[in-house]
Amino acid sequence: MGGGILTKVELRNISNKYILRDVNLTIDDGQLLVLLGPTGSGKTTLLNVIAGIIDYEGNVLFDGKSVDDKPASKRGVGYVFQDLALFPHLDVASNIAYGMKVQKKPLSEIEKRVDELLKLMKIEHLKNRYPRDLSGGERQRVALARALAISPHILLLDEPLNNLDPLTRRYLRAEIRQMQKQLKVTTIFVTHDVDEAEEIGDKVAVLINGRLRQVGTPGEVFSSPVDDEVADLIGLQNVLICSSSRYIGGGLYEVDCKGTSIVVACEGSTISRIAIPAKEIYLYVDKPVSSKVNVYKGRILEVLSPSSSVVKIRVKVGENILLVELPKDLFDSLGLAVGEEAFVELKLKSIRVYP
Amino acid sequence: MERFKHIRGVIPLAVLVVLWEVVTRFNLIPGRFFLPPFTFVLQEFFHMTISGLLLNHLLRSLIRVLVGFLAGSALGIIVGIMMGCSKMMDELLNPIISFLYPIPAIGWLPLLMLWIGIGEALPITIIFICSFFPVAYTTATGIKSVDKKLIKAAETLGASPRTVLTTVILPLALPTIFTGLRLEAGMAWRVIIAAEMIAIPTGIGALFMQAESLIRIDIIIVCLVVLAIMSLSFEKVFRYLESKLCRWAGAS
Repeated sequence: MGGGILTKVELRNISNKYILRDVNLTIDDGQLLVLLGPTGSGKTTLLNVIAGIIDYEGNVLFDGKSVDDKPASKRGVGYVFQDLALFPHLDVASNIAYGMKVQKKPLSEIEKRVDELLKLMKIEHLKNRYPRDLSGGERQRVALARALAISPHILLLDEPLNNLDPLTRRYLRAEIRQMQKQLKVTTIFVTHDVDEAEEIGDKVAVLINGRLRQVGTPGEVFSSPVDDEVADLIGLQNVLICSSSRYIGGGLYEVDCKGTSIVVACEGSTISRIAIPAKEIYLYVDKPVSSKVNVYKGRILEVLSPSSSVVKIRVKVGENILLVELPKDLFDSLGLAVGEEAFVELKLKSIRVYP
Repeated sequence: MERFKHIRGVIPLAVLVVLWEVVTRFNLIPGRFFLPPFTFVLQEFFHMTISGLLLNHLLRSLIRVLVGFLAGSALGIIVGIMMGCSKMMDELLNPIISFLYPIPAIGWLPLLMLWIGIGEALPITIIFICSFFPVAYTTATGIKSVDKKLIKAAETLGASPRTVLTTVILPLALPTIFTGLRLEAGMAWRVIIAAEMIAIPTGIGALFMQAESLIRIDIIIVCLVVLAIMSLSFEKVFRYLESKLCRWAGAS
């Protein structure tokens, strides 16, 4: 079926009054770019710029041609808003048909395309329902179908899987990916979920405080973040190089990092690096009796930001230095000071493994 | 029981009528209240209907209400749309309308009597005023309360500002507009009666006053019942239209 028109989208020096600062980004035709960033980093604002529904400075180009002078209604952007914005007064079929109707497409063409999209989204049975009678996942599908109906140059998806239960979320994520590949429509997928970004994107762009910090393939961004903030965002902290690894059964490997052996879960067979999110490391004064793996004796080197709600602590374990984050009240109750010894536990499940 | 659902509302009224008949027939009302039995009133109703007296007065009131109300709400809707869509128009008109809106319509009567004199134009103008302000106000409110996200969504799908207005904004504001219309239709009947009682020699209101001077309580009661029926049917018509046009909103 006729999907989107293959379009290369370029953003040049995009700024706006409130948040965006000098954003430069190119999305190749047919590509799915994941825009990753914390809440309030300007992700939605950037989508609004591309859609032309807010003021901005800089240039937006579709296939090399500037669309800055075009109003939203002439840009041909399929936008799935975060809260979907389905028309409550129209049934599912009319919601999907809306764009084609206002663009005065012939009725027979509209009907044909609506039927195709209902089928593609597997919502044929919902054709005559109103949005208020749909579940979250169903609404999501209608919103996608409505955005695709106008054969957009680019599809903008603003945290499309928010507010869905985890199962539907995973299912729809895979489906969106498949559909995007099938239709080859250039897509920006906004999320703050790292796993989602890793699974779905051809390319990942990290936006923090209105600035684009890093753009690359998921592999590049997730294995070598450019700075601490990006690393924090994607949970890539405490990266340790592994000199050897040994299979110990049950999907577990024992790896050696500068003389410290750490047990990790891994599906592949080669492990060159591991990363442990600082939030997933626990500190104890006495040796914990409950867990037996990945517990080490360490020495506290430094306590950072002791007065904020999250205390960051540098701990030396063997030859490695780990960053640990603890809630302030928990840290205070431990009564640990610089130079003292403590037990460190690395949670097996939260250790990320890189081949 | 399901079968009688649509007539269930009639039962309390029937009980009231029977009680009325019994109480009056057996002279059970204490003091000096003149209340003719229901059957007398019914008789008078037929008499007035056959003679054409009732219909004549009713028709005059009805035409005044319809003309004044339709013109007032049509202009009210147009002005309301302008206020809802244009910030400038809103800033210009809102203070004026907010100031004039609370004046009871009948309060305009002395001024209008001097300005346009006593004639058909007087009650129609009063009804026009009584409908215009509230309808303009509720229309503007309804339009302003439409979710901006939906407007943006329509724009990205290719709708021009005019198309957004007709396909998204107006349909979504319709339930609010209808609430305004429904309330004002009832209000129009109250106001026309008051105007006719005070200043105009024809119409149901005038019939009231004539009956009062002749101490014809049966005629007064007939007028009251007719009035209740008219107000009620106006409201029903609007409820029906609303349920047809705003089915999506779950209007029952």
